[in-house]
Amino acid sequence: MGAQKKGGARVSEDPVEQGHQRLQAILLADSFTTKFRPVTLERPKVLLPLVNVPMIDYTLAWLEFAGIEEVFVFCCAHSAQIIDYLENSEWSSHPNLSVRTIESQKSISAGDALRYIYEQQAETSQIQGDFVLVSGDTVSNMPLADLIKEHRERKKKDEKAIMTMVIKQSKPSPITHQSRLGTDQLFLAVDPKTKQLLHYEEDKIDHARGSVCLEKSLLQSEPSLLLYSDMQDCYIDICSPEVLSLFEDNFDYQHLRRHFVKGVLVDDIMGYKIFTHEIDSSYAARIDNFRSYDTVSKDIIQRWTFPYVPDINFSGNRPLKLGRQGIYKASDVVQSRSADVGSSTVVGDGTKIGDGSRILNSVIGSGCCIGSNVVIEGSYIWNNVVIEDGCEIRNAIVCDGVKIREGAVLEPGVVLSFNVVVGRGFVVPAYSKASLLQQPTKEDSDEELECVESSSVAADLLAGLNLEMEARESDLGPDGAGYIWEVCEGANDEEWKHSVAPIPMDKVAEIIQAMEDDDDREDESCVPTSGELRSDADSINTDMNDPGDDDYGYFEKEVEGTFLRAVEEGIVVENVILEINGLRLSYNMESADCAGATFYSMMKLAVDTPHNSADELCKNAVSIITKWKRLLGFHVKKTDEQIEVIMKFEEMCQETAKELGTLFAKILHVMYEIDLLQEDAILRWAEEKAGADEADRVYLQQCEAFIQWLKEASEEEDDDEDDEEEEDA
Amino acid sequence: MPDVQSTVLEFVNKLRKRKIEGSQATARCTVELLRSVISQHRVPHANQASALIDAVKAVGEQLVAANPVELAVGNVVRRVLHIIREEDLSLTTAAMGGLDLLDASDDDEDVCNKGIGYPAMSAAVVAAAARSTLRPPSLQTLLEGTPESATVPYTSSSGADSESKTADKSSITRKLKHDVIESVNQLIHEIAGCHEQIAEQAIEHIHQNEVILTLGSSRTVLEFLCAAKEKKRSFRVFVAEGAPRYQGHLLAKELVARGLQTTVITDSAVFAMISRVNMVIIGAHAVMANGGVIGPVGVNMAALAAKKHAVPFVVLAGCHKLCPLYPHNPEVLLNELRSPSELLDFGEFSDCLDFGAGSGSPLLQVVNPTFDYVPPNLVSLFITDTGGHNPSYMYRLIADYYSADDLVM
Repeated sequence: MGAQKKGGARVSEDPVEQGHQRLQAILLADSFTTKFRPVTLERPKVLLPLVNVPMIDYTLAWLEFAGIEEVFVFCCAHSAQIIDYLENSEWSSHPNLSVRTIESQKSISAGDALRYIYEQQAETSQIQGDFVLVSGDTVSNMPLADLIKEHRERKKKDEKAIMTMVIKQSKPSPITHQSRLGTDQLFLAVDPKTKQLLHYEEDKIDHARGSVCLEKSLLQSEPSLLLYSDMQDCYIDICSPEVLSLFEDNFDYQHLRRHFVKGVLVDDIMGYKIFTHEIDSSYAARIDNFRSYDTVSKDIIQRWTFPYVPDINFSGNRPLKLGRQGIYKASDVVQSRSADVGSSTVVGDGTKIGDGSRILNSVIGSGCCIGSNVVIEGSYIWNNVVIEDGCEIRNAIVCDGVKIREGAVLEPGVVLSFNVVVGRGFVVPAYSKASLLQQPTKEDSDEELECVESSSVAADLLAGLNLEMEARESDLGPDGAGYIWEVCEGANDEEWKHSVAPIPMDKVAEIIQAMEDDDDREDESCVPTSGELRSDADSINTDMNDPGDDDYGYFEKEVEGTFLRAVEEGIVVENVILEINGLRLSYNMESADCAGATFYSMMKLAVDTPHNSADELCKNAVSIITKWKRLLGFHVKKTDEQIEVIMKFEEMCQETAKELGTLFAKILHVMYEIDLLQEDAILRWAEEKAGADEADRVYLQQCEAFIQWLKEASEEEDDDEDDEEEEDA
Repeated sequence: MPDVQSTVLEFVNKLRKRKIEGSQATARCTVELLRSVISQHRVPHANQASALIDAVKAVGEQLVAANPVELAVGNVVRRVLHIIREEDLSLTTAAMGGLDLLDASDDDEDVCNKGIGYPAMSAAVVAAAARSTLRPPSLQTLLEGTPESATVPYTSSSGADSESKTADKSSITRKLKHDVIESVNQLIHEIAGCHEQIAEQAIEHIHQNEVILTLGSSRTVLEFLCAAKEKKRSFRVFVAEGAPRYQGHLLAKELVARGLQTTVITDSAVFAMISRVNMVIIGAHAVMANGGVIGPVGVNMAALAAKKHAVPFVVLAGCHKLCPLYPHNPEVLLNELRSPSELLDFGEFSDCLDFGAGSGSPLLQVVNPTFDYVPPNLVSLFITDTGGHNPSYMYRLIADYYSADDLVM
């Protein structure tokens, strides 16, 4: 009765509102990434089972529940499989939700997909108004009707409000800075009143310094700003039709977030605005990688996604029966009396479990045959898998039709694609991925797509496989079948981040260790720096022999920035001195470093000021040095510091500002003249350099005359102290 | 036919997604749906009853499977099946009686009227009589039935006479369907009116200056309390809020709107308050055949507290809540675990749910059951639309409403 009333109310309400606009959604049934390879070579991601139900069913059931009336499913990779599935499922004849498919083989990104839909739109005009844009791997139970209403009302008031993005609080791990879903930490800046999104930072966060860069103009134009670091992007967007045309206009937009959102926010296209909507009680998450597959599966088992849980028949799935401790079991499971099925486990129908087997925290599909004394922990076993006696499987994903022979062991993080056979007693090493298909030899960037391998290619590969198999011995033991894929370079360290296996203890220890080191080094850092990223940085920058170099680089940049600002805004020398000294303390630098950095910034300014000839450059440099003499002088009091300045100067001449090379002696002389450098320092530098290589002595030779003169002067000084005074004067 | 199919599908969908909640609403929708199934079903000439039963059963199975926790669906389906059986039985006995009558009328009308009076009676009485031949009569039927059968009305014999004469096969067919629909309408009426029926008895149970404790929100309880209020009884109501869904808050709002003295307490304060309470009144989600009650979560605790302090524990239940199954039956799903988000804020606890760290097994478990089971020994009284009953009497009541063949679907 209640529902009927509700239905009635909705019908009577809508025409009053705006002549009943159909609620529509675009569902991208392709993730346009390669994160689920090799599994996605044979089956599209949206059809992969998530707790024994294809992912797309969760999305469609939710959209239907949320009152969406029409869904356009955009199929790209393996489109035939998706269309086939939808036609045979109950979605094809659903009374409340009409599901239509749009097929395009050519699209290689979300941007392409939306552009294709826009083109189609010109002919068919299917999309009538605002629509919900989701991808086919979204699991949620949030209500949409209110959100769409909110979006429409905002749109009425402000035509530029083209998109509402759904976000949800979810704290990233303090250790790895990685969210529960295995994605990077996200920084958002939102206007607290209007909820307008002002800044979106996903991948370029400077973990080493624990800071985000915001546009200065942003701070000027906004009276207040909320900065979030514990939000999770749900990838559920309410879009106005302008979004489609924006994609059409900017044909280089590929990624929804990286290009589109960034584009709108940074480039300020036609003043369009994006707003955010935070949900608290309902659930929303997107399966982006194997880690989020694991997390979302566990959330489903823990019923956060209610009513989309295994014991409720929400999309034609056979409901399982929920027992104590979160054990979901189909009614016809054949389980040996001595088998132990532990907590948080799902067992699909028709599955047999043999004597003495132990299953914990795992999802087993239907029609599986599990032998005796098998151990399965934290794993995802799909349908019709045969696991023979004595196998051990921990934190692995095992696809349909896989056969694991007696005594084989799968170490954490293993992914076995369809129909792979693991040989007797074979140990599959941790984080390896095995498939019957060979790894494509050319490795493209992250943007390379599942759809490149169309199903026909896969079929060809499979056909050729049998012949190949005989020729080449399998990677998975003598009686196994399948290839172990090479981990593409660079991703080696990342492998553990995105796998189903929990982060191993030694890695966590390593990260914590690195973090403590960081803390020791920069005791002041208020935001704990990310150890794991630091270690990456170290491995990449192997040419930097001193780990402190990195810090020095940052410090130098800061100093330069401060100095330039001081020049521009005409800040008093005293204040600049204070500021730079502050920087020195916060970066834990020596006074000598400070001197070097300050001098560097001065010279850089001189070089950057437009000039025509070397003379002019020299004049510029001299004037800057004389003008900021006190600033430099503050740090170059000791001989060591002075030497540092000279060394820095030399280094600059050699590397960054070759123009200065010819002026080396002149500028050195000027600095001596205005008492910035003492003769001791110059002489000691000269001594030090005297033993260096030929190449290093270029500048020494250049100012040989000057040094000679200095030497004479000092000798004289030794002879007669009175003379020295005259000399200086 | 196809539009029935689509309405069935739609209803199944609503049940699956838990869009319909509350047993009365569900029962109403179910019975209305079954009525349209029956009315649109084409009955063959032979065996119409079993054809109807099959059709209703088929739809019923779908409905029950869609939301096995909502026991009202199954109850109503069984009731409708029972109605079909009863009507069929009464018709066949009537037809047999009519034949007898025809034979007898050839001999002597007076003899016939004296000998067989029951075909002239209403179908329900005939059914009751027929039922009594199948199994030992209940106390109620014995008490209510005897005087009736003693005073069999002779006057209507002429009506029966004419009816039996005109009766041919097609009219019987039409009649069965017609009678079934008629009875189903009655059932709809009964379900719709169960609140008033129960509320009428309020005055006998609630006395001046009493303190009543209730838990969660139930429309039956609301109507019951308001009925007592309307009869100028002044009393106070304690409402336990019913965490985590806080249905008690809604009830308190409604009670205050109707002018009742209301106090809201936390669920955990029930035991502390029970000594001041004169009676606990709750609405049931379902009443099982053994007299056990399935109610909102926390009810068992309230029942135990009431028992400890010897406070009467009264359960209000409409007829559609009587479930012919026992709680130990394997097909009975007593409970439903809802989303943990009703208890915890996901954002605050998201770091406890990070499976990427540690052993990978969830350390934090949240259990959020919807219902509680109260064993029959804790219940003092059931108030149904047919009056007050002892828990041990429930099975008899159920035997009157359901036929044994339909218990397992």
